Amino acid sequence: MNMAEVRKQFPILDQEVNGHPLVYLDSAATSQKPQVVIDAINDYYERNNSNVHRGVHTLGSRATEDYEGARDKVREFINASSIKEVVFVRGTTTAINLVASSYGRQNLSEGDEIVLTKMEHHSNIIPWQQVAKETGAKLKYLPLYEDGTISLDDVREAVTDRTKIVAVTHVSNVLGTINRIKEMAQIAHEHGAVIAVDGAQSVPHMKVDVQDLDVDFYAFSGHKMIGPTGIGVLYGKQSLLEDMEPVEFGGEMIDFVHLYESTWKELPWKFEGGTPIIAGAVGLAAAIDFLNEVGLDEIEKHEHDVVQYAMQKMNEIDGMTIYGPDAKERAGLVTFNLEGVHPHDLATALDSLGIAVRAGHHCAQPLMRELEVVATARASFYLYNDKKDVDHLVEGLKKAKEYFGDVF
Amino acid sequence: MSFNNLDTLYRQVIMDHYKNPRNRGTIEDEGSITVEMNNPTCGDRIDLQMKVEDGIVQDAKFEGEGCSISMASASMMTQTVTGKPVEDALKMSEIFSEMMLGKDIDEKEFNLDDMGDVQALQGVAKFPARIKCATLAWKAMEKGVDEEQ
Repeated sequence: MNMAEVRKQFPILDQEVNGHPLVYLDSAATSQKPQVVIDAINDYYERNNSNVHRGVHTLGSRATEDYEGARDKVREFINASSIKEVVFVRGTTTAINLVASSYGRQNLSEGDEIVLTKMEHHSNIIPWQQVAKETGAKLKYLPLYEDGTISLDDVREAVTDRTKIVAVTHVSNVLGTINRIKEMAQIAHEHGAVIAVDGAQSVPHMKVDVQDLDVDFYAFSGHKMIGPTGIGVLYGKQSLLEDMEPVEFGGEMIDFVHLYESTWKELPWKFEGGTPIIAGAVGLAAAIDFLNEVGLDEIEKHEHDVVQYAMQKMNEIDGMTIYGPDAKERAGLVTFNLEGVHPHDLATALDSLGIAVRAGHHCAQPLMRELEVVATARASFYLYNDKKDVDHLVEGLKKAKEYFGDVF
Repeated sequence: MSFNNLDTLYRQVIMDHYKNPRNRGTIEDEGSITVEMNNPTCGDRIDLQMKVEDGIVQDAKFEGEGCSISMASASMMTQTVTGKPVEDALKMSEIFSEMMLGKDIDEKEFNLDDMGDVQALQGVAKFPARIKCATLAWKAMEKGVDEEQ
């Protein structure tokens, strides 16, 4: 499938918003879904819906096959060594909370350190703040440089034998920075620490091999990778997950239940209390098939071309400030401010032209403070965007500048 | 591409309040109330100060950061409530909320002209994502009055 064909597979993109063809540039918040994903979910409900792992009946078996088949698909997609290492959760936030509440509580104590960056999304900050408060562990932030990057030398200096966890995003949702996870994992391991990675902005856009990166935990969401909302994945090394206590208890995750105590199922099911997100997993599997068909390398290259073009065109506009690293070293998003136009006003103006961008703090208030801005606007690209979308954006930005310039 | 429908939102009078905010600053009086309010979804922030005496809003001033709508609304709100009895200010806040929900205001019950420039914000109702920007200053005023009482 070539990239022009790809766009046609997303029915939502074929509409007018406020009298203009929709230009969707907010995929870092959530991505759109191709017809095959929508169909897979419908088909599951129309033909196979049943609860998993219990029914003796045929539909029960089909639903179980669908659900567990999806798990194996995810395993292959990120190259985990076993399905025991693939836990289905609600999304990246839930996955990180699971690691913090279970692994964190069990392994942190007074004086231990958690090393993180200032470019983390709130969901990779707050769970660690909470577990630090409970255990007496300390948070230690790596310095952030002007160009939106962190340095491995700083990582080497910050990570000590006191460090128990390094919590870092693979790709920044604001700056587009791609962090060097493999090197960071190595440094963490040299000190006996584990590395927990927020992969929400990386898995949808580039090939991720958890074994090659040698990460201990890796979290991501289905809805940012053309799958449905409500499903996400926690990858964890089997040896670590084995020793971790579940954080949710109830049906589905138990082995034997007695009056005063119970035992848990084996991995990964001990972490999946309650009826799981079956339709979500089915949708995610269809999304992975679609991404594989297009090819992750192809997607990465395409986004790179689009973002490079976007930065070049946007930089030609007077009063434009773009945050983060050079085009050649960044993922497919551009966070910016246009002098004289508040990002909310800008987003409203663009919306009136059918162009959807995000404005605000992007769930990264500490980073906004670091950048010394209250809010920014962000355009984020995915496999269905092209250079024409960028042209619309740039034209819209120029109009907005003119409009708000005129009223003053 | 044109911005015709944007004019509903960004009326001249709104832009004037944004560019030349009234009552921007602080009240140098120990008896005044200070309220800080944020819009957590977008980072807009207002620090509102009010001086209330004998049930009358004697003075209202604000500092803050935010979009044109939130800052213009703060400017208009402070202008409108200054000199008014507290209960009138609260009533106006109620009317303003209804206005933002696009409800028709019964002009027999309430004279909209009393709201002054605030009326210019009526168009915000057509932009649901921006309603919170407009109501921030009013919420701060309500909170301030509440704390005073």
